[in-house]
Amino acid sequence: MTETVTENGLSYHFVVPGDDFTRAGEASGSIKSILKKLGIRPDVVRKVAISMYEGEINLVIHAGGGEIDVEIGPEAVDIVLTDHGPGIPDVAKAMEEGWSTATAQVRNLGFGAGMGLPNMKKYSDEMHIDSTVGVGTTVTMRVYL
Amino acid sequence: MTLQEVKDILDAQLLCGDQLLSSTVNTACGSDMMSDVLAYVKDQAVLLTGLMNQQVIRTAEMMDMVCVIFVRGKTPGEDIVALAKQKEIAVMTTPHRMFTACGLLYQGGLKGGLSHHD
Repeated sequence: MTETVTENGLSYHFVVPGDDFTRAGEASGSIKSILKKLGIRPDVVRKVAISMYEGEINLVIHAGGGEIDVEIGPEAVDIVLTDHGPGIPDVAKAMEEGWSTATAQVRNLGFGAGMGLPNMKKYSDEMHIDSTVGVGTTVTMRVYL
Repeated sequence: MTLQEVKDILDAQLLCGDQLLSSTVNTACGSDMMSDVLAYVKDQAVLLTGLMNQQVIRTAEMMDMVCVIFVRGKTPGEDIVALAKQKEIAVMTTPHRMFTACGLLYQGGLKGGLSHHD
């Protein structure tokens, strides 16, 4: 994790390894802890933690890892998840609850129920997905403080 | 109900979180799918599960839960317990199966609480 103080607030950068499922969630746990220390309202902290955690899990199980940038500003927390994975062919389909391309192995780990992206949309206040098949995916989320 | 009472009702063994035994909990949920816990659970303090990996603890962390109970006598590895200690989450293991464990706690006064769909 790297931390930078910007004119708007605090900025954090995480590299999420794609080959270590046990570490998935470390970045989200770090941000949750930072937000709590900053005295952010618990319901807002949980919204950020869950939406970022689902995104972090997706990076590991679908994209072979990626990067996460988080900015904590005066009005909102912005989360950007970037990967160079296979991309999402049909974003609208991927947003449907229960739709998943996860493998049986991933399901055995307790994920891949087709709730990841819907959860991210539910817990964030704004979400945008930019995905190109064969190039990768960028998911941008905002949670207002 | 305190976590000590939860432990007694389930004939459970406490693996970490002694300092949390006097904590009061009112609600619980049981699931092996962490995706579902993240999707449907709201303000439940205890998670019962048969799933055994670190993401169980991380899910509990994100949901502000105070206790994870492994059912069917499953004993988590040291890595899972170490993560729970770090996150200040109590961990227990009970010999009861999921249905029975949930039933015993419900009978003892724990409720399911609200879900996001309520």
